[in-house]
Amino acid sequence: MHPAFSVIFFTTASGAGYGLLALTGIGAPFGLIPADRGFGFTVLALALALITLGLLSSTAHLGRPERAWRAFSQWRTSWLSREGLLSLGTYAPTAVFGIGWVFFGRLDGVFTLAALALAVLAAITVYCTAMIYASLKPIHAWRNAWVPRVYLVLSLMSGALWLNALVQLWGASASWLTILALLSIVAGAWTKERYWTFIDTTQGPSTVETATGLRGTVSFLDGPHTEANYLLREMGYRIARKHSVKLRRIALALGFALPLVLTLLSAVAAGPAAAFAALLAALSAMLGILVERWLFFAEAKHTVTLYYGATTA
Amino acid sequence: MTSYTVGEKKLGLVIDLDTCVGCHACAVNCKEWNTGGHSAPLPDRDPYGADVTGVWFNRIHTFEVDDGECGRTVHFPKSCLHCEQPACVEVCPTGASYKRTEDGIVLVNADTCIGCKLCSWACPYGAREFDDDAGVMKKCTLCIDRIYNENLEEVDRVPACVATCPASARHFGDLGDPGSAVSRLVAERGGHDLMPELGYKPVNKYLPPRAGRARQAAETPERLEAVAADTGSLFLRWIDRALSR
Ligand code: SF4
Ligand code: SF4
Repeated sequence: MHPAFSVIFFTTASGAGYGLLALTGIGAPFGLIPADRGFGFTVLALALALITLGLLSSTAHLGRPERAWRAFSQWRTSWLSREGLLSLGTYAPTAVFGIGWVFFGRLDGVFTLAALALAVLAAITVYCTAMIYASLKPIHAWRNAWVPRVYLVLSLMSGALWLNALVQLWGASASWLTILALLSIVAGAWTKERYWTFIDTTQGPSTVETATGLRGTVSFLDGPHTEANYLLREMGYRIARKHSVKLRRIALALGFALPLVLTLLSAVAAGPAAAFAALLAALSAMLGILVERWLFFAEAKHTVTLYYGATTA
Repeated sequence: MTSYTVGEKKLGLVIDLDTCVGCHACAVNCKEWNTGGHSAPLPDRDPYGADVTGVWFNRIHTFEVDDGECGRTVHFPKSCLHCEQPACVEVCPTGASYKRTEDGIVLVNADTCIGCKLCSWACPYGAREFDDDAGVMKKCTLCIDRIYNENLEEVDRVPACVATCPASARHFGDLGDPGSAVSRLVAERGGHDLMPELGYKPVNKYLPPRAGRARQAAETPERLEAVAADTGSLFLRWIDRALSR
């Protein structure tokens, strides 16, 4: 599948934003992160910026962005529609929670409820994003249970790394966050490895024989057109095996290994050095996830390629 | 409407892979009709240049089949199959993609499509092509503007591809009616679905190539006797050629 940057950026940025938002919603009412209003403003501003930039970027991929509002109507069957509605819906409790915290310094009562609601909605939104891909039968690399797991774990991981960095930059520390960040890095790397093993060792049910229904050994002789068309550009994207191996290593290094080391460093160091290491960990994870998302598209094969010379998809 | 109901009537095509000669006439006539039809225009970029690209609803692929006994070339026209369970319709977030209850035709409303392309990802068959001039998705309409068109003679109220096929390899009708000519043809010839394992339940059916004659194992052609030994002089050969003219 063609790796469109607008969509890759969208899932990476909004995934991190929702992770950060959800952890803030859980951490703030229970006093697990600094309660001062300035911190509230900073953390919510970053989370909302990541989410909103991501959502805006996703509309850049549309042929008619000015009609994007129409996408909220078909939630009964469309994961894309559900994702749109939930992403909008998450803004409401976030607004209540943010106003309570930043303007009135309140985190109790209705504001606690709003915080918990936004955490739940944020998680469901990320799940819906993953299901847009995981519901597509023609793409074996997407239609499997590892896809929502990877999206959820990476969202949690990047959110934990950002919150850890912000807490440390604020001069505070929260050991639960460091532990959560470390655990989610391990979980993220493990889930991603399992995903890669899954797509490397299994293939979808369709072959050129089922695609044509012809009996015997079927081989592709000639295409309908001499130049590339929309189908080949959008769904026939191919990445060389050796590049994908190299890129997987880069994704693992930037996305998991480096953040792990930096988070450990930030836990043992003190002062600005610790905060700086935590910030680098979050930034490195973002780069790693961008590469991982690029591969998520580039490595995915679509059944339409069976009509253009592929034998399995 | 991304939710849909499947009615009794299932209009669709039956494509005979035995008789298709791969002339692309159906694709050309499709383009010709539809660039002025319901989903018009169908873009054509740089049509006579090196980097030509554009939207077509129907494309003819060619495969080679070796069934152990005989090998053959099979031309394989492919367009929207107007599936009974069209995931392309289910994933559409706007309702621009819809399936008509009255005849099962799957269409795109160009006025509400946001061009998210998700439907083209959801179609296993590659039946949807994006129009980047208009920013919306386009696909086969089963010539909705011909089959119900009262300005046309009754015989012409068939999709453009069917009307033009010189080999009569394309048939149009109601596949929901077991007594229709197309349904009988499918039953008689063992018509099949494409990628049945994905569960889209395509309405369009393909008729398999008829069994070929098996090649005789060690059949050597009879040798012809040489008419004349070609050993004469240049002059004699010239005389021979001049006389046999
Ligand atoms: S062939 Fe593709 S576009 Fe046509 S109805 Fe089926 S899934 Fe949809
Ligand atoms: S491209 Fe248009 S028709 Fe296709 S899913 Fe998106 S909005 Fe629906």
